[in-house]
Amino acid sequence: MSRVGKIARRTFLIGSAAIAGGVAFGVYAARQPFDNPNLDDLPEGAASFNPWVIVDSEKVTLIAPHADKGQGIFSAQAALIAEELDIELDQVEVSFGMPDKAYYNRALTEAMAGFPLHDTSPTAERVRGFVGGVVKLAMPMMTTGGSTGVPDSYDKLRQAGATARETLKLAASRQSGVPVAELRTEAGAVILPDGTALPYTALAGLAATLPPVTDVPLRDPKEWRLVGKPMNRLDMVAKSTGTLTYGIDHRAEGMLHAAIKVNPRQGGALKGYDASAAQAMPGVKKIVEITGGVAVVADNTWRAFQAAEAIAFDWGEAPYPAEQAEHWAHLSGIFDDDHLNAEARVEGDVEAAEGEEVRGEYRSPYLAHAPLEPLNATVLVTDDRVDIWAGHQIQMFAEQVVSEITGVDQENVHLHNMFIGGSFGHRLEFDFIRQAAEIANQMRGTPVQLTYSREEDFAHDFPRHITMGRGVAKVKGGRVTALDVQIAGQSVMRSQMGRMGLSLPGPDTQLHEGAWDAPYFNLPNLRVRSYRTEALAPVSSWRAVGAGPNVFIYETLLDEAIHAAGADPLEERIRLMGHDVSVKVLEAVGELASWNGPSAGPGRGRGVAYGFSFGVPVATIVEVAATDAGIRIEKAWVVADVGKVIDPVNLENLAQGGTVFGLGHAINCEITYADGMAEQTNYHAHEGMRMYQCPEIRFKALENGAKIRGFGEPPVPPSAPALGNAIFAATGQRIREMPFNKFIDFL
Amino acid sequence: MRLTVNGTEHEVEVEPEMPLLWVLRDELNITGPKYGCGIAQCGACTVHVDGVAVRSCQLAIGDLAGGEVTTIEGLGQPESLHAVQQAWVEHQVAQCGYCQSGQIMQAASLLDFNPAPTDADIDAAMSGNLCRCGTYPRIRAAVKAAAQKLQGA
Ligand code: FES
Ligand code: FES
Repeated sequence: MSRVGKIARRTFLIGSAAIAGGVAFGVYAARQPFDNPNLDDLPEGAASFNPWVIVDSEKVTLIAPHADKGQGIFSAQAALIAEELDIELDQVEVSFGMPDKAYYNRALTEAMAGFPLHDTSPTAERVRGFVGGVVKLAMPMMTTGGSTGVPDSYDKLRQAGATARETLKLAASRQSGVPVAELRTEAGAVILPDGTALPYTALAGLAATLPPVTDVPLRDPKEWRLVGKPMNRLDMVAKSTGTLTYGIDHRAEGMLHAAIKVNPRQGGALKGYDASAAQAMPGVKKIVEITGGVAVVADNTWRAFQAAEAIAFDWGEAPYPAEQAEHWAHLSGIFDDDHLNAEARVEGDVEAAEGEEVRGEYRSPYLAHAPLEPLNATVLVTDDRVDIWAGHQIQMFAEQVVSEITGVDQENVHLHNMFIGGSFGHRLEFDFIRQAAEIANQMRGTPVQLTYSREEDFAHDFPRHITMGRGVAKVKGGRVTALDVQIAGQSVMRSQMGRMGLSLPGPDTQLHEGAWDAPYFNLPNLRVRSYRTEALAPVSSWRAVGAGPNVFIYETLLDEAIHAAGADPLEERIRLMGHDVSVKVLEAVGELASWNGPSAGPGRGRGVAYGFSFGVPVATIVEVAATDAGIRIEKAWVVADVGKVIDPVNLENLAQGGTVFGLGHAINCEITYADGMAEQTNYHAHEGMRMYQCPEIRFKALENGAKIRGFGEPPVPPSAPALGNAIFAATGQRIREMPFNKFIDFL
Repeated sequence: MRLTVNGTEHEVEVEPEMPLLWVLRDELNITGPKYGCGIAQCGACTVHVDGVAVRSCQLAIGDLAGGEVTTIEGLGQPESLHAVQQAWVEHQVAQCGYCQSGQIMQAASLLDFNPAPTDADIDAAMSGNLCRCGTYPRIRAAVKAAAQKLQGA
């Protein structure tokens, strides 16, 4: 922090306007819990009314601190501020800003309060408020994850825009003598009654000396100009012209390129290596050791890759079972009291319930995140400052990790967050940041860009956790009367938080997420139990986390039960669903698809599934045709309720993309271990969906939910069971394990 | 070694086995073409050589044989978009966008050879370009729109 920044901070504590060293500062809004980081180095004549808005004589800058890995939150944040600020998006500069606790995520704690997210009762809200307050004080986390970008930003950023607008109006009033009530704002200017426009930039100097106007009521959504309407995403032209700078595209004077080889048995030791051949290869500058492996620093990425391949290694054993079959065998043995994670939900009495039994065992494999931009980070270490150019979702923790490695105070470690070429959870991890810092720390003064080869990216992914489910359903009189669901899995949260040096007390709720909170309130007998292990491969949050496997298990078992009961898959789900918002979602998807039962003509079938994750109910119907060349996925219809739509076009894109993601992995992806190493090394072996397999996808958004929700993850979970249920409808073959192509061919 | 990229001649000193992709990205700082897989599985590195879409991660610079290279930067710029890029913006195709340089170069090449592709033609030509974000429905629509734009022009 600059010296004036420190003085300013101290001054704000006593709540008066500050003139320090000739630099004018706006008074920090009193109700903000944290200092406004923009004030630290604010030049003379510039104003920053809150952490998200800076106005100077040249331009208006909006800070959009959430990481953008493709979900569009960069544009959404800017639009939320601009909506209330009365400025157009082509009049502003938008920046990720620099990490600061002022940008802590307020929505992240909502799911930690122990209530399902569809419960918005006063008690649930009170506990959420309390938990949020405790976490804010104890560990305010700046993070993008858990589909919280939009809910975190929705009120806060509109408020930031409104506060800035009213302060600028106050400045205009002081300057013109016209009362504030007679002023209006439009397109980045305050308009006087005679039509004179005073641009915000011209008011910045005066506004900087005024106490920000707070407590501004937010506008009625009916008055919105930008939010809720189709937007042109701010990154769209750059992403369509190759001109957007991702982390991997960062270039700096004198920068070198690094490649690594780390023990492919995750967490295993480096016992020895011979780099003599690599040392002599073209372009190689230096070969250095890092945790668990070796890095080659060269003048070109490809040369670094080539040289890394030329190193001979002696790797230690994996700290988990070496063979995939042992992983499944281990999971099948933990359905017992010793491994009980939680008895997450009990309604009625599943054991006493009467009816014909339906049983199934389900499997969901390890899956790689494999975002198309391989992991990379550029780091420059000097003796008193470190700069990191990388996309990351937990920015300040990344800075802390680098501070620990380099010994440079965290205050002098600066992460320049970059646009991210996909994450799906991988950019919540720290290995690539840590490794880049370990390399750059041995090359002080030289910026070094570490790029993972795709093979290294696969080998060192922390995949989606492996899950096994066992279920018993009961049916009677044409109805489903009971579901007893048991889910066993590798604990994602313990594995992931463990790598951050954090422990997780109590159960890992992700192991039953999407099952315990499915709001089928009219199901009289229900039990959901989860079982936990930490003895398998290290795993991480993978888009939708627990809800991915769990919704597959739950909705496949439910479909089997409905079939046994002889009921209609959509109608019976609607009957069982006691949650109004979700009922409307199911009804709407039926309408959108013109649902007329699961059979859709000879060799054709339709399947439906419902998933509740991150507070969003989603229903998906998939239609398939069984052809001689295999199953063709022809159409999908998706309906979701996100409470409030920010950008209908982007939302549709996420619905389509999430459905493609869910379907693609369900049909042909898995990570399996042999000799302790992931057997899949590149996309040829973990393909996901390609265009020729992609169905036509129609989407509709509803806005009945009580709260606004994020949509990066929720479209994923119901797609896999909807497809499995459609295949059953078309062929009579019930598939209880992903990937489906182990059991049936696809086109 | 000499090569022409987007109409400009460059001289680079590299071994002939170095793939074109890395000459572009790390020697010439032309970063529109992306590295995704390095083994012809994703298409993120697609550029045109003499007007034909190729995977630049697979083409050794020594085999370029005087071919003229066009990258996404040479296809169109933000202020002068190519019809395919225009269609991409109009359909708001990109999510993370990392695959889109390659998708657009592939689509532009397809439309050069086949100005009115059927749905099956589009699927066949574009299936080598992986999109992890799943923007395929929008890519299909944008390719069709671009075809119409180009035919009308
Ligand atoms: S990087 Fe060339 S095809 Fe993937
Ligand atoms: S838009 Fe992300 S990979 Fe295609």
